Amino acid sequence: MPGGVMMDNAYLQVSGLSRHFDISDPFLARLLTGGARRQLTAVDNVSFSIARGQTYALVGESGSGKSTIARMIVGLERPDSGTIRFDGRTAFDERQGQVQDNSLRQKLQMVFQSPYSSLNPRWRVGDILMEPIRAFDLIADPEARRRRVHELLDQVGLSTQDAQRYPHEFSGGQRQRISIARALASNPQFIVCDEPTSALDVSVQAQVLNLLKQLQRDLQLTYLFISHDMAVVRVMAHRIGVLKNGRLVEENAAGPLIESPQDPYTRMLMESTPRFAGGAASG
Amino acid sequence: MTSPPVRPSEKPAGAPESAPTSVSASISASISASRLQRALASDFVYDFTRAPIAIIAGLVVLFLFLVAILAPLVAPTNPFDPASLNLMNGFTPPMQANMFTGESFVMGTDDQGRDLLSAIIYGLRVSLFVGVMSVLLAMGLGVSLGLIAGYVGGWLDNLIMRIADIQLTFPSILIAMLIFGVLRGIIPPDLRDEMAIFVLITAIGLSEWVPFARTVRATTLVEKEKEYVQAARLIGLGRHQIMWRHILPNVLGPVLVIATITLALAIIAEATLSFLGVGAPATEPSLGTLIRIGQDFLFSGEWWILTFPAITLLALALSVNLLGDWLKDTLNPRLK
Ligand SMILES: Nc1ncnc2c1ncn2[C@@H]1O[C@H](COP(=O)(O)OP(=O)(O)OP(=O)(O)O)[C@@H](O)[C@H]1O
Ligand SMILES: [Mg+2]
Repeated sequence: MPGGVMMDNAYLQVSGLSRHFDISDPFLARLLTGGARRQLTAVDNVSFSIARGQTYALVGESGSGKSTIARMIVGLERPDSGTIRFDGRTAFDERQGQVQDNSLRQKLQMVFQSPYSSLNPRWRVGDILMEPIRAFDLIADPEARRRRVHELLDQVGLSTQDAQRYPHEFSGGQRQRISIARALASNPQFIVCDEPTSALDVSVQAQVLNLLKQLQRDLQLTYLFISHDMAVVRVMAHRIGVLKNGRLVEENAAGPLIESPQDPYTRMLMESTPRFAGGAASG
Repeated sequence: MTSPPVRPSEKPAGAPESAPTSVSASISASISASRLQRALASDFVYDFTRAPIAIIAGLVVLFLFLVAILAPLVAPTNPFDPASLNLMNGFTPPMQANMFTGESFVMGTDDQGRDLLSAIIYGLRVSLFVGVMSVLLAMGLGVSLGLIAGYVGGWLDNLIMRIADIQLTFPSILIAMLIFGVLRGIIPPDLRDEMAIFVLITAIGLSEWVPFARTVRATTLVEKEKEYVQAARLIGLGRHQIMWRHILPNVLGPVLVIATITLALAIIAEATLSFLGVGAPATEPSLGTLIRIGQDFLFSGEWWILTFPAITLLALALSVNLLGDWLKDTLNPRLK
């Protein structure tokens, strides 16, 4: 394979990824004030790879471009430049643009940050979990589909009767479990978790993180895990990339990076996490 | 303050609302049944039982709708059956025996001896039919255009919303008259009376879609950024599926309120057009037509021919409006 940072057993390879946003004033306002066009570089030439079955954590403060990277990787946002490869297949490059077919989409899923807006409030949990199965035509037989929904609920620690209920009948932690079940419904190999626990209480956080780890072991999942909380990252990640203003400032295996951070920004991030500063990391 | 009685929705969130059955049942069949259950146990019904004006308005609307639907059963005579008319009964005052025939009528008769109560009941039927159908038209059009404008965005959004802006600068009655005139021009003269009601519905419907579109567009702009929509995009669902299956159910809340308020406007618009003689034909008189006919006799002393249809129209429009106001306050406190 040509150039760049490559790993033999890499599942996801991202190289030279960039994204700019046009944040100019509206055309007329620019005309009147004589202001120029302005561009925000949200993601700047980012490269990394994730080994199969492992968790790569992206950390960085708010606005550093973590979600933008996640959204480009799963195909919700178009990169300006760079390449994204899954399992040796090209998902994006400048020549071909975005390659998004069902066989690729099915392998990529995402668990979102907000337990409140990530589930359609008008849909029953059973319907929410059924949708990816339908969309990818995974199971034709209605009875088998129903069994699959029950199996998914069971896998994330919910009861089969919960299929009848609406999202508002669940707590935040339970909703994140439903989100995880939805992500699992299409039998993915890769899941992006964009701050999946940042809206939860600490005790609930630990349960959800444990669930994610257990699923990773059982289903050989590869994770891109996004967080600003070093304590959470420490529990989850095999490798960590530190993002600042859209640029990767430091990258290393989790142990060394946490034990001896090289970049001052990484150190600052760790000091701003109370559980780290105090020494008693919980998980 | 004494503590208010427990609202139905304050029961523990996890309590199952019905005995659990199979998942597949939940996917299709039981949706309607338990929606109803949920609706009946909601704050909404609770609030309703505590708002006397809303109850009265609701009862009046319900009563008038029932009377209109059951018109052939409840009206004393069929006012359109020439055989039932006796010119000798003309201008009989309410509750008085006619001096020639000895017959008496609760609300009196018009110049042709037509029982006014029956005419009002059938007129109410026409008014409500036109009102409801034009609201449905306005709602279908407005909701669809608002959803498309909000979700698709770009030039389509601009086009739809600029048309809405332009339309909003004219009073809707003017728009309705304009559309009415254009449609009348298109339709061959011999079909005009038959088609009059549908022309009226189209004219009023097309003049009232803007509030639906604006509200739905605004809600759609909020909803489409939510993560459940991204989750749907992630599994490759197309625009149509996302708009109609995911977003639509989440933008319908305010639509009920607008529909009720628009119904009052549509009823008045219909009456206005019919009063001006460009609405319901004399063969199918609405309340507005009856009022137009009635005003000819006001100064010659036959006050009832104008007064009773006018009171009915007032009661109808006022009750629907009060109901709409109450819905607005209850369902969307931010609109207050
Ligand atoms: N659609 C957009 N248009 C304009 N600017 C955007 C858009 N999306 C993101 N940005 C900007 O890009 C930058 C990176 O945003 P991003 O959401 O990726 O940050 P983040 O690291 O996920 O932050 P957070 O921790 O708050 O979620 C921010 O400055 C943001 O304002
Ligand atoms: Mg983010």
